[in-house]
Amino acid sequence: MNAWRYLFPGVLAMLLFVAFPLVYTVQIGFTNYSASNLLSEDRARGYLLEQAEVSESRAYGFSLHADGDDRARLVLTPQGEGASSTRFASAPLSLGSPQAGAVAMQPLALDVKLSAPYSLRQVVANRDALKALRLTLPDQSQLIYAGLREFAVFEPLWQVQPGGALKRLLDGAVYQPNRDTGYFEDAQGERLQPGFKVGVGFANYARLFGDADMRGPFVSIFIWTVVFAGLTVLFSTAIGMTLAVVLNWEALKYRTLYRTLLFLPYAVPGFISILVFKGLFNQNFGEINAILNALFGVKPAWFADPMLAKAMILIVNTWLGYPYIMVLCTGLIKSIPSDLYEASAIAGAKPLTNFFRITAPLIIKPLTPLLISAFAFNFNNFVLISLLTDGRPDYLNTKLPAGTTDILVSYTYRIAFTDAGANFGLAAAISTVIFFLVAILSLVNLKLTQSKDLSKGGH
Amino acid sequence: MAVVTGKSQRWRITLAHLGLWVLIAITLFPLLAVVSISLRPGNFATGSLIPTEISLEHWKLALGFSHIQADGVVVQPPFPVLLWLWNSIKIATISSLLIVAVSTTAAYGFARLKFRFKSTILNSMLLLQMFPVAVALVAIYAIFEAIGGVIPWLGIETHGGLIVAYIGGVAMHIWTIKGYFETIPTEIEECAKVDGATSWQAFYKVLLPMAVPILMVVFVLAFIGTIIEYPIASVLLREEPNLTLAVGSKYYLYEQRYLWGDFAAAAVLSGLPITLVFLAAQRWIVSGLTSGGVKG
Repeated sequence: MNAWRYLFPGVLAMLLFVAFPLVYTVQIGFTNYSASNLLSEDRARGYLLEQAEVSESRAYGFSLHADGDDRARLVLTPQGEGASSTRFASAPLSLGSPQAGAVAMQPLALDVKLSAPYSLRQVVANRDALKALRLTLPDQSQLIYAGLREFAVFEPLWQVQPGGALKRLLDGAVYQPNRDTGYFEDAQGERLQPGFKVGVGFANYARLFGDADMRGPFVSIFIWTVVFAGLTVLFSTAIGMTLAVVLNWEALKYRTLYRTLLFLPYAVPGFISILVFKGLFNQNFGEINAILNALFGVKPAWFADPMLAKAMILIVNTWLGYPYIMVLCTGLIKSIPSDLYEASAIAGAKPLTNFFRITAPLIIKPLTPLLISAFAFNFNNFVLISLLTDGRPDYLNTKLPAGTTDILVSYTYRIAFTDAGANFGLAAAISTVIFFLVAILSLVNLKLTQSKDLSKGGH
Repeated sequence: MAVVTGKSQRWRITLAHLGLWVLIAITLFPLLAVVSISLRPGNFATGSLIPTEISLEHWKLALGFSHIQADGVVVQPPFPVLLWLWNSIKIATISSLLIVAVSTTAAYGFARLKFRFKSTILNSMLLLQMFPVAVALVAIYAIFEAIGGVIPWLGIETHGGLIVAYIGGVAMHIWTIKGYFETIPTEIEECAKVDGATSWQAFYKVLLPMAVPILMVVFVLAFIGTIIEYPIASVLLREEPNLTLAVGSKYYLYEQRYLWGDFAAAAVLSGLPITLVFLAAQRWIVSGLTSGGVKG
């Protein structure tokens, strides 16, 4: 048990903020959790039961009368013609320290002497305390603050029925909680807002894969996600590996300087370089279009045209990504024994032969799991898409907003946190799909690394 | 290596230099452009990449001073950049300290103590870390909303909540520190235990002082990782005075209110220190890269 004292904080943090969110996401994917179904059934019912109508016709005038230090008695006087003359008074209340709660009102005997009533200004000063009060008359009717001169009878709109149904007191209509749809519904199926959170089984998945309006954008976004991650890795690897090979050439001077300068994109914080590109690519004010305009007289609409937006994303991500591959390959190339190159030099091999016969075959194996990790990372490169294009330009004619440059994660973010009614359940369902894809990639990776370790152990 | 160099070799070298310089020019263009833009008057001027007239208006605004234009109009700083920078540094420092503390003790447990399921826990930790946090944002939002209902200072829109959320990302750091602990011979602690030290004292008074260098490395890595973190921060923080730099910077480039020059100054001001820290820590980061970590 001793060991757990040391492990406890770290393992707990991981369980709470890494493992639990994953499990919880899967669970949310099976519910209708969204902006309109945010609360639990009990809290939704509680919210509706708090709804009340203030009856102006049964209002009482009120006055405050000082009684002791910082205390005052609240006195209600019936208003209107034919009203009884019975006044009601509270025990002395401490208004300075506002405490919400029920205050019992008792009939006031006629001969009780009260001090002079508070001026309007003093009443205004105590407004917050008065708003927190809930007065109960001897006949059990409830009164709340209804203005600077009045307290009014407060009539709840709903009454709870056995089984959790709600009855509208006005017309007696009964709304049963429907635990399949997550709403209180009457016999005609009319729903009350707000709804509540319930499990909906595979409804979100059915919508994702079955509903044609939903499936169209989902499939396009999925394809673009794979293309985006694949091409990013391809371009970054092409540039990064070439650079690593060239910079490993001993005849070349200033290699350290070159390497440092070429490493820079990796050192600049991503959120800054992505936003810098967003500005540079701006159609009217951006420097890139200024240069293109001066050279070729064109001003491409980088953010409005889907193809150009995708091209821009790939350019920016290649810029961001090649230093990482360069560093990886440099390390791997350094571990290749130099006598291989000496032998090939004696055989009179050209540099290209060296690369394809010695370098590439030797580094491709240890590089593959790292490239798969890079693919998985870019598959979920939320920061790039979110900051550069935010998924735009959008597809036209879709029920939920979907962008031509959205990848799956940025699409879930939009469904959950921006427009489209905060549909957390649907977003979580898509996230669950992503989990499976990431898990498959990770397993493939694990297999590759293990077989590498095994072959190492075999030597 | 005695390799005969001929004329073709010299040509190739010149070609390589040329190619490298072209690539370096493309690589550095955005970085140099943003410095130049920060010194250029106005938010819309385009055309000259090298400013013909140096103006410090954007820098004044970025540093929180108001700026008086030629026509007498006083321009107030559009966003509290220094406050955001302070928020970022505060959150990154506190969470990095906590990450170091949490991962050091856990690493000690994994490196030195014997218990069941050790390798299972270690491997599942690595596996868990492969799932990107951006995918679980809905759940993270819901969790912190629930926590906030009980403990207000850990809820949505609080720095406390964000710091706590960052402590989850300790798996890589536990592995790093564990690897270092394993290079220290166990005999040293056993000697301390023979002299009557408890296992906690052996850890705290003997092993920990020897591990200070690796702890500093982990601190720097965690600091960089948290200061550039965007997804969780963008979900948990929404109100302007609360934002971190990573979340706030994007507000400069809204189509309706496009503050290109002001953004450039703020970007250089906040990006330069982080870049320098990153370059200083480059050696350790690169050694961590080859083990599979990818920067966000």
